[in-house]
Amino acid sequence: MTLPHRYIPMTEQDKAEMLATIGAATTDDLFRDIPDAIRYRGVLPMSPALDEISLLTHMKELTSRNTDTANCTSFLGAGIYDHHIPVIINHLISRSEFYTAYTPYQPEISQGELQAIFEFQSYICELTGMAVANASMYDGMTALSEAGALAAGATKRRKLVVSRTVHPEARETLRTMAHGLGLDIVEVGYSASGVTDLAALRAAVSSDTAAVLVQSPNFFGCLEDLAAIEPIIHGVKGLFVVSANPISLGLLEAPGKLGADIVVGDAQPLGIPQSFGGPTCGFFAVAEPLMRRMPGRIVGQTKDLDGKRGFVLTLQAREQHIRREKATSNICSNQALLALCASIYLSTLGKQGLIDVANLNLSKAHYANSQLAGQEGITLPFTAPFFNEFVIRLPEEGPSVSEINEQLLKCGMLGGYDLGLAYPELAGHMLVAVTEKRTREEIDHFASRLGELQ
Amino acid sequence: MNTGEKALIFELSKPGRIAYSLPACDVPEAEAASCIPASMIRQVPARLPEVYEVDVIRHYTELSRRNFGVDNGFYPLGSCTMKYNPKINEDTARLSGFAHIHPYQPVTSIQGALELLYTLQNDLAVLTGMDQVSLQPAAGAHGEWTGLMMIRAYHESRGENRSKVIVPDSSHGTNPASATTAGFETITIQSDAGGMVDLDALRAAVGSDTAALMLTNPNTLGLFEEHILEIAQIVHEAGGLLYYDGANSNAIMGITRPGDMGFDVVHMNLHKTMSTPHGGGGPGAGPVGVKSKLIPYLPKPIAALRSDGTYYFDDDRPESIGRVKPFYGNFGILVRAYTYIRTYGPEGLRQVSECAVLNANYMMHRLSSHYDIPYPGVCKHEFVMSGRGLKAYGVRTLDVAKRLLDFGYHPPTIYFPLNVEESMMIEPTETESKETLDRFIDTMIQIAEEARTTPELVTGAPYGTVVRRLDETNAARKPVLNCSCGI
Repeated sequence: MTLPHRYIPMTEQDKAEMLATIGAATTDDLFRDIPDAIRYRGVLPMSPALDEISLLTHMKELTSRNTDTANCTSFLGAGIYDHHIPVIINHLISRSEFYTAYTPYQPEISQGELQAIFEFQSYICELTGMAVANASMYDGMTALSEAGALAAGATKRRKLVVSRTVHPEARETLRTMAHGLGLDIVEVGYSASGVTDLAALRAAVSSDTAAVLVQSPNFFGCLEDLAAIEPIIHGVKGLFVVSANPISLGLLEAPGKLGADIVVGDAQPLGIPQSFGGPTCGFFAVAEPLMRRMPGRIVGQTKDLDGKRGFVLTLQAREQHIRREKATSNICSNQALLALCASIYLSTLGKQGLIDVANLNLSKAHYANSQLAGQEGITLPFTAPFFNEFVIRLPEEGPSVSEINEQLLKCGMLGGYDLGLAYPELAGHMLVAVTEKRTREEIDHFASRLGELQ
Repeated sequence: MNTGEKALIFELSKPGRIAYSLPACDVPEAEAASCIPASMIRQVPARLPEVYEVDVIRHYTELSRRNFGVDNGFYPLGSCTMKYNPKINEDTARLSGFAHIHPYQPVTSIQGALELLYTLQNDLAVLTGMDQVSLQPAAGAHGEWTGLMMIRAYHESRGENRSKVIVPDSSHGTNPASATTAGFETITIQSDAGGMVDLDALRAAVGSDTAALMLTNPNTLGLFEEHILEIAQIVHEAGGLLYYDGANSNAIMGITRPGDMGFDVVHMNLHKTMSTPHGGGGPGAGPVGVKSKLIPYLPKPIAALRSDGTYYFDDDRPESIGRVKPFYGNFGILVRAYTYIRTYGPEGLRQVSECAVLNANYMMHRLSSHYDIPYPGVCKHEFVMSGRGLKAYGVRTLDVAKRLLDFGYHPPTIYFPLNVEESMMIEPTETESKETLDRFIDTMIQIAEEARTTPELVTGAPYGTVVRRLDETNAARKPVLNCSCGI
């Protein structure tokens, strides 16, 4: 490429004038400090440049080979959900003052972002029933890992007990983190009803346990009995970490009210596109005594010189740019733009809307559950209460879950998650998610097709 | 712009208003009380605001007007590479076939997404001179940690217990924090008088316990470490590996590559170099690249191509450090970065770096007679100035930064790097015109003049913003971190 390019304003005349000002003969002079031995000569063998029309055509061609939820009906969840995204969200997050800004280091010209984050923190505290929330994390699963790290640091203990009903990829991420920090991970199995086996949990927890980590609704969609788990870990003075689905909190008791010390989760259901699994937005909330151990950014309210309310990044003494190797976490970026999505979503739904959407999810999922259970060959292995996701068992002698999903795709449906992938003992089991977007007709169609495919 | 206090969304609430539209329930309504035990049902509804749609629109529109982005004006925030965020990136990322696909769909239904990931992996490997790339890390610091975990796995596989990571005193704070999170001890070495790695200090620091040296090149002072090959040799001879912090990649694309400098692991910040928007603090993406000996340790999974031309996720990686993030990284950001790369191609990216470096040198040269330049010579895409000369008038670098706000600029990075007194780190990027640079330079000169003649004007700034200087001390001492407003 030679100048000009539509993103670069420098003209040949500018270049000549600037080089003359510096006293350099050529641009190459500005790279004279790079040893010759490591100067790249020639053109890198990368994808070539495309003009705007060709690039748009190319990108549309790539998307044409993806099946999206505009042209299929999704019953796939397992951590990423097909919820309705109120149309105003995209309009507001597309305001470039939000999306082209940096982290709000200069508060006087970043009050918009700072206030938006402060409101996000407020929303998360309301939903989770916790005292303090941060400005967001990479996603819910890495937030769970950070919760484990926080618990280990706060208790000076090295053992983390995690339920096997926690998302498999969250447990994998937790294991990677634990290896770095030298922590031990103990996994506890599930009962016949589809929730954490409390007897096994009691046996696994001891005075060297930093935390118990559970997810509710859990990976099977089942609701964990948080009130029953809480005394097990608090009895040994460890911390109780709960990962929660934020939509479910319109209906379910806030984990903070049930004794959780740290509540994390993924805000993807709150107006964030599925986007192949990322970016989403993790949330992280703690009880007050853990406030100064929180990872990530935190916004606080304060006053300016005139006494006017304003917002700033605060408690920065925890953070990497101040404390370096002694920081509570290495986290620097959060997911501010997606935290904004979640805030706009919660502003839009409001007090009644969150209850309504939670009830729609509950009703549609329970209807689907009953319709599927009525199909020949399909059974329901777990009995625990559930929210908007549940497990079905398909006949052993029939086609595999992945074969069934390929068939469903041909009828314009994305079937559920193949549980055999992460739980070998659950081969032939499918995890079905039903959101407010699914109509009765779609559910009936799904149930009957699934019945026929056995 | 309204300079009054801005209401919180909670303060706009009025019982009975709604901003949502949900479908009527077309299935039998499930009574929560009949399918969920009473003890699990929420007793008190979450106190969310009750507003209507126009309230939401006006509230967030007003918040956006109280925020400064690259589209608002010049943003010379050193080390953050605040270049123009092309609009086409936003359009492509929002295409339904990218925005509304699920990570667990059958792979036959996501071949386009997989091809994009595969191509981007290869392009970034070529650009950095590495043999394989993982797109999974969500941010630069996440990439650092991922890279260090691979370095750890590499040493462990050889039966070596190497516990120390060396960083220069000018390094980004994420470097030592990532090292700690990966279970290493950090050793900080002083820079020499020229701002470079002090080779003698490095020789004294390395040993059989050295796991890695973390370095960015050009370094945090905007200077290219001319002795990089010697640095690599010292670290490698001690059995350590060399980690490249890619924060400053915008200076070297197509000109030199970390892989050719001797680095073993590299991360790139796509939200810096590849123009994906910073979003007010995320989402970002921090892919990591490695030399072949580290490929086995890359996190799971990697996008791969079969001989029949179909793409899949390679999960069968027994020596992998494991998973560092759910799914496949921040895909929506990767789409934007890929779009950007295709607007330039390799020769265009080289031009990007050349223009970024020329702009930085031009600014540094013009400002050098008005501010201290502690490390003169050629800089790369950014440079460090010191405001220490203004201290005699009672004006600090912070004051200069606040005064810049009145002229419509986002200030440079201040008080970093830590090894320069009253530092200001300026990075103009390639997407700013000579006219913009000249205006900014003239403003900086004017502020230096104001500091000498009317210092109280500078120390009292800013004047034209929605709030004046904020009490940060009290914010930390008596934290108010949510509204707890009790609607």
